[in-house]
Amino acid sequence: MSTLTKQDAFSSLIDAAPSTFAAARSAAKEAYASQGLPAVKAEEYKFTNISKKLEQSLIDFAVAQPVSITAEQVKAALYEGFEGDVLVFSNGQYLPELSSKIEGIEVSLLSAKTDLPLGSIANPAKDPFAALNQASFQDGVFISVPKKTQVEKPILLLSFDQANAGQVIQPRVWIEAGDFAEVTFIDQTVSLGDAVYFVNEVVEVKGGINSQIRYYRLQNEGKSALEVSTIETDIQKDARFTSVNISLSGDMVRNNLNLNLRGSNSEGNMYGIYLLNGKSHVDNHTNVDHTIPHAESNELYKGILADQSRGVFNGKIFVRQDAQKTNAFQQNNNILLSEDATVNTKPQLEIWADDVKCSHGCTVGQLDEEALFYLQARGIDKTQAKGLLLHAFAGEVLEKIETESFRDYCDALIQARLGSKF
Amino acid sequence: MLSIKNLHASIEGTPILRGINLEVKAGEVHAIMGPNGSGKSTLASVLAGREEYEVTEGEVVFQNKDLLELAPEDRAREGVFLAFQYPVEIPGVSSTNFLRTAVNQVREYRGLEQLDAVKFLTLMKEKMKLVEIDQKLLSRSLNEGFSGGEKKRNEIFQMAMLEPTLSILDETDSGLDIDALRIVSNGVNQLKSDKNATIVVTHYQRLLDYIVPDYVHVLYKGRIVKSGTKELALELEEKGYDWIKDEIDSAATV
Repeated sequence: MSTLTKQDAFSSLIDAAPSTFAAARSAAKEAYASQGLPAVKAEEYKFTNISKKLEQSLIDFAVAQPVSITAEQVKAALYEGFEGDVLVFSNGQYLPELSSKIEGIEVSLLSAKTDLPLGSIANPAKDPFAALNQASFQDGVFISVPKKTQVEKPILLLSFDQANAGQVIQPRVWIEAGDFAEVTFIDQTVSLGDAVYFVNEVVEVKGGINSQIRYYRLQNEGKSALEVSTIETDIQKDARFTSVNISLSGDMVRNNLNLNLRGSNSEGNMYGIYLLNGKSHVDNHTNVDHTIPHAESNELYKGILADQSRGVFNGKIFVRQDAQKTNAFQQNNNILLSEDATVNTKPQLEIWADDVKCSHGCTVGQLDEEALFYLQARGIDKTQAKGLLLHAFAGEVLEKIETESFRDYCDALIQARLGSKF
Repeated sequence: MLSIKNLHASIEGTPILRGINLEVKAGEVHAIMGPNGSGKSTLASVLAGREEYEVTEGEVVFQNKDLLELAPEDRAREGVFLAFQYPVEIPGVSSTNFLRTAVNQVREYRGLEQLDAVKFLTLMKEKMKLVEIDQKLLSRSLNEGFSGGEKKRNEIFQMAMLEPTLSILDETDSGLDIDALRIVSNGVNQLKSDKNATIVVTHYQRLLDYIVPDYVHVLYKGRIVKSGTKELALELEEKGYDWIKDEIDSAATV
C-alpha cells in the first residue's frame, strides 16, 4: 500500500507540472496512472527494486530548482584534454548563458519548441518512469544538427546536480540530426553535495538518413545516486547510432536504452562497462528492435563487480518477420571479484524472420587464475597482475569510444579504480 | 644453486610428488624425463609457485633462500623462470606492455634502474633475434592467436628478457616441428652460461639432441627413480619407459 502512497506523491508532482506540451503531458499522465510505479514482482524491474528505494529515500517530492553555477565551476569540471563545445545544465535545466554557442547548430530550451512530438520516440506507455518524466518535467533542451553538418568536436552535456534530500531532477533532452549529419555527445554529470535525490532522465534522439550519432555517457555521480534514465532513438536508413555507457558508481541506477532500427542498412551499437564496488547497483536494460531487412546491431556489455555490488543486464533483441538479412550480435561478460557480488544477466532474443545472423551469449566468472599465475610467474605482483587483466577485460569496450581524449579520461578513471580497490 | 630435499606435493589431497631429491649447480643442464603422469609438470609448477599444489613435506632452497616461502612473482624476481607447457593467451594485454611491466618489476627488485621506452625497445630488439621472433607478433595481445611454435618461441624470448638464474622448460618441445625446435633450442643454448642453470622437463629424447643435458633423471610415480647422463635418455628413447616401470614396480612388490 505504501507504494501507492508514493505514487500519489508523484501524482502531486504531475499535477504541479508546467503548462507547456499539454497534450503530451496529459497522455503521459494517463500512461503513468495506468502503469504505476513498478511493483515488486514487475518483470522489467525484477532485480531492481527502485520503487522501494524511492520510498526509503524520497521525502518531499519537490522539484529540485536550478542552482547558480559559475563559469569557473564549468571550467574546473572539464576533463583533462577535452576539446569541444559545452552545454551546461543545473538540476536538469539548460543554462544558455554558461553554454557554448555552437556554430551551425541550434540549441534552445525545449519550451521554445512547443510543436515537438515529445514521446513519439520514447513512448510513455512502455515505461512508468518515461511517463513520469514526460508528465512532469520542468523544461528541457532541444539540440538540432542540420542536414550534412559534420560536427568535428564532441558536444559535452555537462550536468551539475545539487538537490536536497528527497528532491527530484528530471532532465529532458531532444536531439535531432539531419540527413548525413555527424555528431558526438559526451554526457557527464557532476554531483555537488551528497544528498540522496532522484534523477529521472529521458533523451529522445532522431537521426536522419545516413546520419552518424555517437552518445557517450559516464556515470560517476557518487555512491548515493538514485537514477533512472531512458535513451531512445529511431535510426533511419543508412544511419548509425552508437552508445557507450560507463557506470562507475551509484546507489541504484537503471539505464534503459532502446534502439529502433527503422531503415535498411542502419546500424545500432550498444556498448557498456559497469565497474562497481561497495553496494552499488547498476541495471542496464537494452532493447533493439529490428523492423526492416538488412540492418545490424552490435552489443557488448562488460561488468566487473567487487564487494556487495550488483549488476543487472537485460538485452532484448527483436527481429520482426520483415527484418530478413539482419545481423544482431549480443554479448555480456561479467567478472565477480567477491563472493558477495551478484550479477543477473538475461539475454533475450526473439526472432520471427528466418534468414538472419544472430548470436548472443553471457558469461559470469572469476578472474582467470591461470592468466594471473602466468603474469605473476614473470615477476608482476599479484595486485598489478589483477589490474592488468581487468583493465584488458574492460578495454574491449573502452576502445569503442572514438573520441581519444574521452577514452583516455575514462581509461584513467578505470585504471585508478582497479589499482586502488581491487 | 637449487637444492630439493624430500619434496612431497599433492593436489586436492592426491599426492603427486612423493619425495624428490635434486641438486642443481650453476652451469648445469638437467633433464627430467618420465612417462605421462609421473609428476614432471607438477615439479615444474611447484617450483614456480602454482597455488593449486600443496607442498606437504620437504624443502627447496634456491640460492640460500627458502623458495617455497616466496610468492610466484618473488620467485621470478629471484631468478626462477618457468617456460609454460601451455602458455596462456591473454586478450587485451599487449606482449610489449606486459613484458615491460615484468622486466621493470624484476629490475626494481634486483636494485637495477628502470628501463625507459627506448632502452627497453633496444633490449627487446636484441633479444628478439635469439628466437627469430617478429616484432609484429609482439605488438599483438599476449599469445592470442599465436601458433604453437610462436607461443613457445615467445616463452624463450621472455626468458631472454628476464635473464633468469634458473630456467625450467616444461615440455617446451611438445608439438614443435623440427625447425621451431631448432630455433627454440638455439635460443636456450645461447642463453646458457656458467652462472645459470636449466632444468628441461620433457617426455621425448629428441629435444636433448639439441639441448644437451649434463644429467638425466627419470621421474616415476613422484620420485626420481634413475639418474644418469645423456646416454640414459638415448636408452629410454630406444627401450621406452616400460623397463623402468617394471624394475620399480617389481622392486616395490618384493
